[in-house]
Amino acid sequence: MTITSSDRRRVRDTGPSGWLAAPALVFFLVFAVVPLAGVVFLSFTSWDGLREIRLEGLASWTTVFTDPVTGNALLVTAKIVFFSFIVQAPISLLLGVFTAGSQKYRAALAVLYFLPLLLSSAAVAIAFKALLDPNFGLGPGLQVPFLIQDWLGNSDLVLFVVVFVIAWQFVPFHTLIYQGGVRQIPTSLYEAAEIDGAGRVRQFLNITLPQLKYTIITSSTLMVVGSLAYFDLIFVLTGGGPGYSTRLLPLHMYLTGFKANDMGAASALGVILIVIGLGLALLLQRLGGKNRNDSQLEGA
Amino acid sequence: MTTRKLRSVAMAISAATLSVSLAACGSSGPAGSTAAGDGSASMWGLTGGNQPVLQKSVEAWNSAHSDQSIKLDFFANDAYKTKVRTAVGAGEGPTFIYGWGGGVLKSYVDAGQVEDLSAFVKENPDVKDRYLPSVLKNGEIDGKTYALPNNNVQPVVLYYNKEVFDKVGAQPPKTWDELMALVPKFKEAGVAPFSLGGQSKWPDLMWLEYLVERIGGPEVFANIAADKPNAWSDPAVTEALTKIQQLVDAGGFVNGFSSIAADSNADQALLYTGKAAMVLQGGWIYQGMKKDAGSFVTGGKLGFTTFPTVEGGKGDPANVVGNPSNFWSISAKATDEQKKAALNYVKDGMFTDADTDALIASGAVPVVNGIDSKLEASPDKDFLTFVYGLAKKAPSFTLSWDQALSPAQGDAMLSNLDQIFLKKITPEQFVATMNATIGK
Repeated sequence: MTITSSDRRRVRDTGPSGWLAAPALVFFLVFAVVPLAGVVFLSFTSWDGLREIRLEGLASWTTVFTDPVTGNALLVTAKIVFFSFIVQAPISLLLGVFTAGSQKYRAALAVLYFLPLLLSSAAVAIAFKALLDPNFGLGPGLQVPFLIQDWLGNSDLVLFVVVFVIAWQFVPFHTLIYQGGVRQIPTSLYEAAEIDGAGRVRQFLNITLPQLKYTIITSSTLMVVGSLAYFDLIFVLTGGGPGYSTRLLPLHMYLTGFKANDMGAASALGVILIVIGLGLALLLQRLGGKNRNDSQLEGA
Repeated sequence: MTTRKLRSVAMAISAATLSVSLAACGSSGPAGSTAAGDGSASMWGLTGGNQPVLQKSVEAWNSAHSDQSIKLDFFANDAYKTKVRTAVGAGEGPTFIYGWGGGVLKSYVDAGQVEDLSAFVKENPDVKDRYLPSVLKNGEIDGKTYALPNNNVQPVVLYYNKEVFDKVGAQPPKTWDELMALVPKFKEAGVAPFSLGGQSKWPDLMWLEYLVERIGGPEVFANIAADKPNAWSDPAVTEALTKIQQLVDAGGFVNGFSSIAADSNADQALLYTGKAAMVLQGGWIYQGMKKDAGSFVTGGKLGFTTFPTVEGGKGDPANVVGNPSNFWSISAKATDEQKKAALNYVKDGMFTDADTDALIASGAVPVVNGIDSKLEASPDKDFLTFVYGLAKKAPSFTLSWDQALSPAQGDAMLSNLDQIFLKKITPEQFVATMNATIGK
């Protein structure tokens, strides 16, 4: 059957009107684009939060780029993003695959795994701070020599403690995503593989992993872009310290803006953070392959 | 731009803005419940020792003056300092602005955010006569009154655990050399010589303040506060920083000091549990320990003394550093009705006999005249008369440096001092960095 141009128009007319996107667009403009423009504007000013805003040109940008603390914050951020990903991705993938099964004991375990998801970051940070206290915490309390360490006061150790606490809090979330992804895989694929004599590892590598491709991209994007924004947990747990050891970019931005009252430099840092987040998000989408924009839904 | 790209932008923006919005939620307590509204004045106080006293004072005022009621909220120290400035800058600040005087107060005055109270003080001589004059001065900028003292005098004091000292057979140090000699003694006995809330950074500052004071006298910091070029280069600063690093090297501070937060009172807890022998802290922690470790304080196990002298130092050993008091400023953005209620409270509701008695009973020395007999009659008279005498007799009472300097300088100083305690930078690097902040 041939489709005439008038038929085509009729098909298009039955689709949803572009105006339906208007409310969302308005919200996006008001709550994302306008503040973003404001931050870019503020980065060219000097403002202490109280007095009038004065245009200063590139002064804040020069301050930010010449301050060694900025470089350090970038490095700390990169380390936290990298290590959080390395630690969280495999654990949540395996846990997700494991909890996707239907046995009863797995359901009970899954509930336990997901408990940290229910706690606020501030509560998690306060709890770990108390547990890791070198004088009153878990180590001295239980008299376990290995646990008696200055976990949060040792500049070499503290970053890994932070990564561990982040993983403790967010692995359940990503496990949930993977669990959902695994449950979407048709069991017929596994049945066919079993008939062909494939073992569990083979099934995991040849069926589960390829089928989870889009889940992996989604989870990784959330993990990486999310770890760029870690703030509350680290703010309460270490305050960025000792020294600058855990002062990652968002925290550095906050402290510059609200402790040192240099809103200009803080805005410049905010812009840098946005550019990096954007870059990483796009990069991850690209790594997902050329056909990343293709939908898996039939007919769409 | 495609939808997908837009979505990525949105994701990135929300990532960035998230941190800011979380910060706003994190500081707890109701936000922006002020400026407009039912016309009642709003007041933000600090949690801690003086919280119940202030609460009772305001409750008493509200029940007697329902037409001029005050709405009171409390915040933790560090959270408050961040929140109030942001709120005032956004025009959402409270009617009563709690402060410390000094450079931070000056930044509010320069921005036109607080009322000039000079005329009010002139019209109400009773208010002015109420205070110790040396304390009142800290609320003045360029000869005008912008803030009035609202609680107790808080010099920094060297506290020690008498039980631990007896066990080791030691005496509280009178000189820096004696202090250094005590360090190995306590370490051998398995006790940390000094407790320190290093994560909060400001407790580190007390060491620098007193050492510079003892070595070089009050002029050294007066020059810094006056923004004189290269004022940080004074040899007294370098020597004080060197002494701090020597004490760190000797193991003078408790294990893990850089992860201990003073806001949660963990540093005091180390002292009264006997895990640390001494702590250099403000006069305000006496109230906290009295509440949290009653038998330690009432049983006479808490000792207190002045900061040791340094051999060859120029400073008068009677000089003190700390907070002369906290202050109320009145927001210039408040409505006339709110301002009127606020000034009436300052005149008649604050430092009533009940307030003064409650302050003394909590273990604090109110900044008011003629309370000697009341202090003598208190069960805490040893500490209270010690603090009162310290404040009254001090030839110089230097305001805590982080409050005396402009906020930008104060923050840079605390960050760099943290690096000194961690031995990440040398005293020379500290001096160079701080000289570069002068005038900022």
